[in-house]
Amino acid sequence: MAVGTRPVNRLSRAAELKNATCQTEAAHGAAGVDGDVRKTTVVLLEIKNLQVKVDDREILRGLDLTVNKGEVHAIMGPNGSGKSTLAHVLSGKPGYEVTGGSVTFEGADLLALSPDQRAARGIFLAFQYPLEIPGVATMTFLRTALNAQRKTRGEKELSTPEFLKRVREVSGKLSINQDMLRRPVNVGFSGGEKKRNEILQMALLEPILAVLDETDSGLDIDALKVVAEGVNRLRSPGRAMIVITHYQRLLDYIVPDIVHVLSKGRIVRTGGKELAHELEANGYAQYQDEAA
Amino acid sequence: MTAEIRPIKTAAEIGLAEAFAALRPRLAGSAVAARREAAFRRFEAVGLPHRRVEDWKYTDLRVLMRDAKPLAAPPDAAAKARSGAAGGVLAGLDVRRIVFVDGMLVPEFSDLAPEPGLRISSLAAALGRGDAALIARLGVGPAEGDVAYALNTAFMGDGAVIEVAPAAHPARPLHLVFAYGSDRAAAVYTRSLVVIGAGAGLILFESHDGPDGVDYQVNAAVDLVLGDRAAFDHVKVGAEGRDALHLSTLSATVGADARFADMTFTTGGKVVRNQLYVRCDGTGSSLSINGASLLNGRQHADTTMLVDHAAGHCRGREVFKSVLDDASRGVFQGKIIVRHGAQKTDARMMSRALLLSDEAESDNKPELEIFADDVQCGHGATSGALDDNLKFYLMARGIPEREAEALLIQSFVAEAIEEVGNEGVRDALIEATRAWLAARP
Repeated sequence: MAVGTRPVNRLSRAAELKNATCQTEAAHGAAGVDGDVRKTTVVLLEIKNLQVKVDDREILRGLDLTVNKGEVHAIMGPNGSGKSTLAHVLSGKPGYEVTGGSVTFEGADLLALSPDQRAARGIFLAFQYPLEIPGVATMTFLRTALNAQRKTRGEKELSTPEFLKRVREVSGKLSINQDMLRRPVNVGFSGGEKKRNEILQMALLEPILAVLDETDSGLDIDALKVVAEGVNRLRSPGRAMIVITHYQRLLDYIVPDIVHVLSKGRIVRTGGKELAHELEANGYAQYQDEAA
Repeated sequence: MTAEIRPIKTAAEIGLAEAFAALRPRLAGSAVAARREAAFRRFEAVGLPHRRVEDWKYTDLRVLMRDAKPLAAPPDAAAKARSGAAGGVLAGLDVRRIVFVDGMLVPEFSDLAPEPGLRISSLAAALGRGDAALIARLGVGPAEGDVAYALNTAFMGDGAVIEVAPAAHPARPLHLVFAYGSDRAAAVYTRSLVVIGAGAGLILFESHDGPDGVDYQVNAAVDLVLGDRAAFDHVKVGAEGRDALHLSTLSATVGADARFADMTFTTGGKVVRNQLYVRCDGTGSSLSINGASLLNGRQHADTTMLVDHAAGHCRGREVFKSVLDDASRGVFQGKIIVRHGAQKTDARMMSRALLLSDEAESDNKPELEIFADDVQCGHGATSGALDDNLKFYLMARGIPEREAEALLIQSFVAEAIEEVGNEGVRDALIEATRAWLAARP
């Protein structure tokens, strides 16, 4: 599939995910025959020299990152390194001033799009602190979001039975009961319930790029496992994820393909999943010095 | 200090005096004449309330009520025709409709069929008969002394008299439909009396609507006597025309172990004042008093509430919401009094305003007067703009900005609407909120 095209309907989104699977399988098959171990890569997100200010303070100072379809990237770094800023800038939160660089998503200039347009194109941010929306039933919220995205993409909105069927499919796997869905969004939810609700939204909205901002914060080990399982089920050759975390713990359950260290607004080191363990053992001190 | 006698001088005050003088001959000899006379003298002594009168600080009637319209004539066929289907957002519900057009009962639009334990009659008829027992019950509740209410007593024309026998529960909700059908501006004074016997229950809807472009004036009052262990669910929808002046007063006394639930939903009118006077005379009752106002343009809506805990062990919950767009103004004055000896009172009041425009104004005045020492009382008042973080959360899920705002505004209002017990009404009010939001430019 050509980079830069955007699936225009639900079928083509599914077809795209399937295509990507086929491509990967084909590549593996080819490797079996020829011994030529070459992986098909499709660039999904390309961040070049991104510079961002918040309240006149430079937070990101020339960040480069390329994410291909099917990859799970972990971004680790000390507090204040710019991890959440990156997540917010990708999803279009107001209050961040991009002073330089570019972000290209499926060939399009992501920074020119409003948050809802980005979401409709397949970007999903799992919030570090999911917000409570009193008076809006979770079910209403999910349906409004899903149908708004479909409408923006020019797809038919889901009928109530279709929608309910889909919600039941995904909510059961996340141990989210019907009572939770009837309650106002996140109101009175425990920390674990809030995070599960984020993953439910992600599963329902089927993003192409999911950004998980400190999804592990505030979770005990059991809740973490449920959330991680939910995330792992969504791993797919057509979908990429950026997992932002301070601690290595989450990465025991969501095993990344690539780990980056973010420090002072730049990626200062990139490695495999073993890098997370190294960070856990040695801390971030050396990178803070490097970036300085 | 003697009360200041202020000469009547505004055009509206002169108009009211003339109207009362003209009405007086028609009242001569009637049993209620003395009551009217006394009420008008009470009004005359103070005149139209203005901003230096604390209770009317934010709703200066001397400024907002430029003149006094003549009393409405009985509705003609055209006025009736325009009002037959009135009822606003509550029109679709299965109810017993009692319709008043231009302040007068229209029997042909009303369901007056008898029902065991329920008596419905016309106030005008009762006053005409000189029904002494009924007249004695009028105007003796907590609103006595209020100036808008005094004017209502002076001029009251028609209204519903509803009596629910002890332990009776009418099969369907009652809907008092007050419609303004004339295309000329006039003044309408309705007074209804609702008496609910011990252990009985009544669901009462009240709607007010009328045409835009006519600067008519409505002064509507309801007296309620709620018996011991009785239940009253009241929903008032104010959808007056956009040039109308609407003053309303609910004057309620609540018996022991009773349940009183009230919701006022306002979208219409140019100048609106909703007054709620509720007094707990018996112990162990619960009050749920709520309101939502959705205003735009230059609309002005004032909710003034006085909850008087004269007896202890009562629980009160009040939630009021205003959504203020354009140059509209929302006023909330809420006072809770806990009398000496009204121990174990548990009262909480919350009023919140959502400002959608820089020009909108919210005035919020909560007051607690507590004379007992073993009570729980609290109040909260906020006003602010939409939460940008919540808006972003919704947009990050793919919901376009305008729709995200609408969802948040709806949820803000829903907190008050959710207190309404009747599901059909809740849905109707949510639908009305959606319609209001959809009409936002």
